[in-house]
Amino acid sequence: MSTATARSNLGNTIAAHAILITWTVIALFPVFVILINSLKTRKAIFREPLALPNAESFSLVGYQTVAKQGDFFLYFQNSMIVTVVSLTFILLFGAMAAFALSEYRFRGNSLMGLYLALGIMIPIRIGTVAILEMMVATGLVNTLTALILVYTAQGLPLAVFILSEFMRQVSEDLKNAGRIDGLSEYAIFFRLVLPLVRPAMATVAVFNMIPIWNDLWFPLILAPGEETKTLTLGSQVFIGQFVTDWNAVLSALSLAILPALVLYLIFSRQLIRGITSGAVK
Amino acid sequence: MTALKLTDVCKTFGTTEVLKNISLEVEDGEFVVFVGPSGCGKSTLLRVIAGLEDATSGAVEIAGDRVNNVAPAKRGIAMVFQSYALYPHLNVRDNMALALKQANESNSTIDERVTEASRMLSLDDYLTRRPAELSGGQRQRVAIGRAVVRHPKLFLFDEPLSNLDAALRMNTRMEIASLHRSLETSMVYVTHDQTEAMTLADKIVVLRDGRVEQIGAPMELYNNPANKFVAGFLGAPSMNFINAAGAVELGIRPENLNLSESGQLQGQVIHVEKLGGDTNIVVTLTTGETVTCRLFGQHDHRVGEQVTLGFDMNRAYLFDASGERIEPS
Ligand SMILES: Nc1ncnc2c1ncn2[C@@H]1O[C@H](COP(=O)(O)OP(=O)(O)OP(=O)(O)O)[C@@H](O)[C@H]1O
Ligand SMILES: [Mg+2]
Repeated sequence: MSTATARSNLGNTIAAHAILITWTVIALFPVFVILINSLKTRKAIFREPLALPNAESFSLVGYQTVAKQGDFFLYFQNSMIVTVVSLTFILLFGAMAAFALSEYRFRGNSLMGLYLALGIMIPIRIGTVAILEMMVATGLVNTLTALILVYTAQGLPLAVFILSEFMRQVSEDLKNAGRIDGLSEYAIFFRLVLPLVRPAMATVAVFNMIPIWNDLWFPLILAPGEETKTLTLGSQVFIGQFVTDWNAVLSALSLAILPALVLYLIFSRQLIRGITSGAVK
Repeated sequence: MTALKLTDVCKTFGTTEVLKNISLEVEDGEFVVFVGPSGCGKSTLLRVIAGLEDATSGAVEIAGDRVNNVAPAKRGIAMVFQSYALYPHLNVRDNMALALKQANESNSTIDERVTEASRMLSLDDYLTRRPAELSGGQRQRVAIGRAVVRHPKLFLFDEPLSNLDAALRMNTRMEIASLHRSLETSMVYVTHDQTEAMTLADKIVVLRDGRVEQIGAPMELYNNPANKFVAGFLGAPSMNFINAAGAVELGIRPENLNLSESGQLQGQVIHVEKLGGDTNIVVTLTTGETVTCRLFGQHDHRVGEQVTLGFDMNRAYLFDASGERIEPS
């Protein structure tokens, strides 16, 4: 009996791992190809795209081009600022709006929820022209602020929707205990509710981070200036209509993965910690 | 002095009236239990007293002061919740100390009060643990400790025992009773369990559909219920109701029914419960009504057996068609 369970457990484990490993390989394959090719000469990239760099084909020429051409460190910094600040605003304002919607009974509460949720269904790019006019009128063109505002607006609807669902599940008694113990509504929000919805916050952060980091549309339209270029936009200089500098493109992409990876690791650690921390009851 | 006084308190959510003209008083040091079926508004009433909900109309006075517009933390109350509601990220000591810190008490006062409460509730060994590392009973004691350290004028309990198993419930019930004896503070306790109500209360308030049905000492309500609802709600097994002449109903407590050859009621046994100390037999009468008869000690009865039950008319209650008690003249 017990050996049978052990055996079927082992079989299950092997099957599960086989599926997971296969999936990981498939998912990581493009990243892997980008990484190895960024370290090869141009000839080697085209001759044997899947081969690992060896003594003969190894070359850092892509990275050298990237370092020389344009101000990649500045682009990095711009992308980082835009992503981190937008995410902070999305999480902060999204969570606050979600708390108000889930916690307080006021006139127009459900209407407000519906209005905010509408933003999930309407893509913000439809409003590009109006947004551009607005940015021109307010003099925000070619500033990072323009991008941050747009990304915050773009991320808020889904954030409010997801977070208010989670906040409704935070024990009413816990919040009331806080009120009786003299915590202010802000303290209840920051000290009791936010830590309990941390997994949801991490989910929202991860969902929003990648599209913001990778976006080409709004940087191109709202902030194409040299000073405000993001990494994605900056990499475009290597893609020409007739010639593309593949070494440089691949090197730039490899570098662009790093910060996103770091942010992702931070949030996913939060996510797991949130799931495993003690429940209320 | 009265610890709590409610005058014509009403509460509506949108168009639903949940509390209807509730008036009652809790004396200093009194243990008052609100009891009633699920959904009758007990928790809502407690939340109105605590200030977690605003009364739609009416006055709430605590220790002589009108507190309708006072924040929960400033009302001099402490509340214990059914789900414990401990702060998951704080250890036991910090859970108990939080309210005092918020009130800017000195560190020495906080230490002293936490130590006192933890001794009283035998929590000394758990002070550095998180709630997740405690059993249900321990968590409930921490929740009680968190209330005790505040030295409130009034304790509010919302079904504090309903998440505990039967043995623990009995123990914690005794603990709450002894806590009340040693602190001598007024307590308001909400439950839908009539045994808890009978065993703990100095005074019981029976609620139904947001209205007060009757207020009185446990035995007063048991022996002298104002209407059919109160009569049926208190006592286990609950009172038997039999149609008498016309629209009048006869109420007889199970312990007042007995087996006698010359009894007024005939029927067939459909169920027997042997509890050791008592035996409950459930009988379907020839009129189709079902009654429960509680016999002391152990008796051998079989399902299907024909029995004759008798009762003393002086121990029966009469209720009119609307459920009101008809007092014997
Ligand atoms: N926020 C609210 N909005 C609308 N109706 C509510 C609200 N809170 C409670 N009610 C209604 O008020 C009534 C009384 O609820 P309450 O929680 O006070 O019942 P209770 O007596 O404590 O019941 P239980 O024994 O099940 O805890 C219920 O019918 C409930 O549906
Ligand atoms: Mg309740």
